[in-house]
Amino acid sequence: MALTGLEIYKLLPQTNCKDCGYPTCLAFAMKLAAKQAELKACPHVSPEAKIKLEAASAPPIRLVEIAGEDGKLAVGNETVLFRHEKTFYHRPGLFVRVMDSAGDAAVKAAVAEADAFQVDYVGITLALDGFAVEAASGNPAAFAAAVKTVRAASKKPLILIAPTPELAKAGLEAAAGTRPLLYAADGSNWQAMAEAAKAAGAPLAVKGSSLDELAELTAKLQGAGIEDLVLDPGAAGHRDSLQQFTTLRRLALKKNFRPLGFPLITFPGAVAEADQTLLAAQHIAKYAGFIVLEQFEPATLYPLLVLRQNIYTDPQKPIQVQPALYEINGPDGNAPLLVTTNFSITYFSVANEVEGSGWPAWLVVADAEGMSVLTAWAAGKFDAERIAKSVKAFGVEGKVGHKRLIIPGQVAVLSGELEEELPGWQIMVGPREAVDIAAYLKAMWKN
Amino acid sequence: MPVEIPKDKWSGSVRQVTLGATAQQGGTRSRTLTLGGENAMPFLHYEGSFPNPPALAIEIRDRRPDEWSPLLYQAWGEAINDPAEWAKAAEAAGADMIFLVLSQTTADGQPNTPANAKAVVRKVLQATGLPLAVIGPGQADLDNELIVPVAEEAKGERLLLGTCEDKNYRTIVAAALANDHLVQSKTPMDVNLSKQLVILIHDMGMPLERIVMDPTTGALGYGIEYGYSVMERLRLAALQGDGMTQQPMMVTPGEETWKVKESKVGEGVPAAWGDWQKRALEWEAITGATLIQSGANLLVVRHPKTLQRLRGMVGALQPA
Repeated sequence: MALTGLEIYKLLPQTNCKDCGYPTCLAFAMKLAAKQAELKACPHVSPEAKIKLEAASAPPIRLVEIAGEDGKLAVGNETVLFRHEKTFYHRPGLFVRVMDSAGDAAVKAAVAEADAFQVDYVGITLALDGFAVEAASGNPAAFAAAVKTVRAASKKPLILIAPTPELAKAGLEAAAGTRPLLYAADGSNWQAMAEAAKAAGAPLAVKGSSLDELAELTAKLQGAGIEDLVLDPGAAGHRDSLQQFTTLRRLALKKNFRPLGFPLITFPGAVAEADQTLLAAQHIAKYAGFIVLEQFEPATLYPLLVLRQNIYTDPQKPIQVQPALYEINGPDGNAPLLVTTNFSITYFSVANEVEGSGWPAWLVVADAEGMSVLTAWAAGKFDAERIAKSVKAFGVEGKVGHKRLIIPGQVAVLSGELEEELPGWQIMVGPREAVDIAAYLKAMWKN
Repeated sequence: MPVEIPKDKWSGSVRQVTLGATAQQGGTRSRTLTLGGENAMPFLHYEGSFPNPPALAIEIRDRRPDEWSPLLYQAWGEAINDPAEWAKAAEAAGADMIFLVLSQTTADGQPNTPANAKAVVRKVLQATGLPLAVIGPGQADLDNELIVPVAEEAKGERLLLGTCEDKNYRTIVAAALANDHLVQSKTPMDVNLSKQLVILIHDMGMPLERIVMDPTTGALGYGIEYGYSVMERLRLAALQGDGMTQQPMMVTPGEETWKVKESKVGEGVPAAWGDWQKRALEWEAITGATLIQSGANLLVVRHPKTLQRLRGMVGALQPA
């Protein structure tokens, strides 16, 4: 739990020596509390106070980072239970499981295909985060070979699923030069697993059948010098994982319970009778850090990546595009002119449809403070006055040879007012949904 | 190391609202549907009780809809041409309720009429014993013109009538009051607006036991996070004891998802989007599943397969 400035002050030398660069110890304490200064600026703090202050400033859920040859993923360090309270910060990683027993060629082909996957969502590139390579063969040499095959096909971060320390070592050696997550230590093998992880500098996942057992194991592993841990609490289906993951986040955030303050890993497709997609969706919304899927399926991965993007969007900052006059498909003076808001999802929906329709067109993106058409209209941020102002401010009349403006069907009621705000203009009411724009232009736009 | 499980204690709970009336209760439904009643955040069975799992409704239209996704025509086959057949097919698909949305126009392009709306509602009531919602086309004047006669025609059935919005609720609320129905109170993704409209409707004399809140949602990728957080905030307020946020929440993931490109169309989209049929179904199901997490009590979907998948999920969220 974060300490207040006064609580920090009590732990400082209180000599006001100014060596830290601040006029008083209290001023320095306040800066520390606001996370605008670092404790190491004080050369005189006692070792005991230092331990207390460092422990208190550590995040309640540890940030764990893994890395491939190219690309990193950091999860954990979340601060709220509900995204509206602040935001969720570190998007859970989505991984695809690969078995070493599948054979070299099959592994290579599967990984190469999944590695190449990427989709554009409102200007953001979405892709898979990495691969979970499993030592299903039970043979260290085969596992090492499979890890190398995966690395030859992808530079993304890896999770190494190795049930024994021997397999773990073989996999970690083959992954040398990267920072994979090793899965997993349990009550029977934790010492050897800890040694292997420590030698490789890799974070370690830990499996337990109850929270009590998990807490005991993490304490032992920390005692053995492993700080970067990931938890698999073993909860399987929808109900149990929701309850357990909620409990774990609450323990970390509300009780500052350190032994369980680590990110979580889940395998939604390994649960008997579960719908992998829907369980993965639940785990995205409710608190997973690493999600391992059983197969690469674009039609599933794309919506799950979008869900992750949506849930982890900062609620305080809607994603916006720059208000301006946009050109699509190289329009001339006769091309249709449409208007929409600067909420990025709205903008991209409209722009993609117009682009896909093949029509050259002009698109006025009005400043609606990042809201969608209907929301902005209800909030008074997308009214006739604002639209007219945008049309005038962006120099539309200098570029467009006609005076016809297509407005979204959702705000058909604005057409009268707009004709008053823009004298001489003809206001056309477009479709309610972007997906119908092509059909609308074909039917309604005459040059 | 014994770990103490932190539990939240809440003073409030979600109000129970019952839709549909059996013969004994003055209607003709073979069963009723009760929403709400929980007193903790979704599915945390260790700190509250959840007497009524989320219910699933299928959206049908009073006639074959224009411009729906080909996948939906395929799924319902011939039944989509006749509301009574469609309602039967939805019941067979496992729906808890039929959500009938009236069209703006009749099949020949003429404005929909009260006589047509009444006839369709009568037919659907005869075709299925499930509780029924009847929702207007979404234009204030036409909504009122169609819903009032429907309310009279089905007096005593405890239909869910809509859409009540802040700019148009009085006529529909009055018709529901006079004929023993319930109302859908719909507001655009805003906690205060949701609460305010419930207050306004309640002020007209409508008992709170007959109001279902629709906080509105966006589809996955198209603003779902706004609806999701508004729902979580409404539910937290309800549990904290704010009486005017304690209505059960309904959402329409079917309507929202089947109009977005990812579901609707199979051509002219990036290859990386994957198989169309699979993607379209994932889109509706993931949207629904996510809203179940944020506290939805009633979800209206369009595809029978989605209903089946969400049913499985709701089952998996029940206590052991």
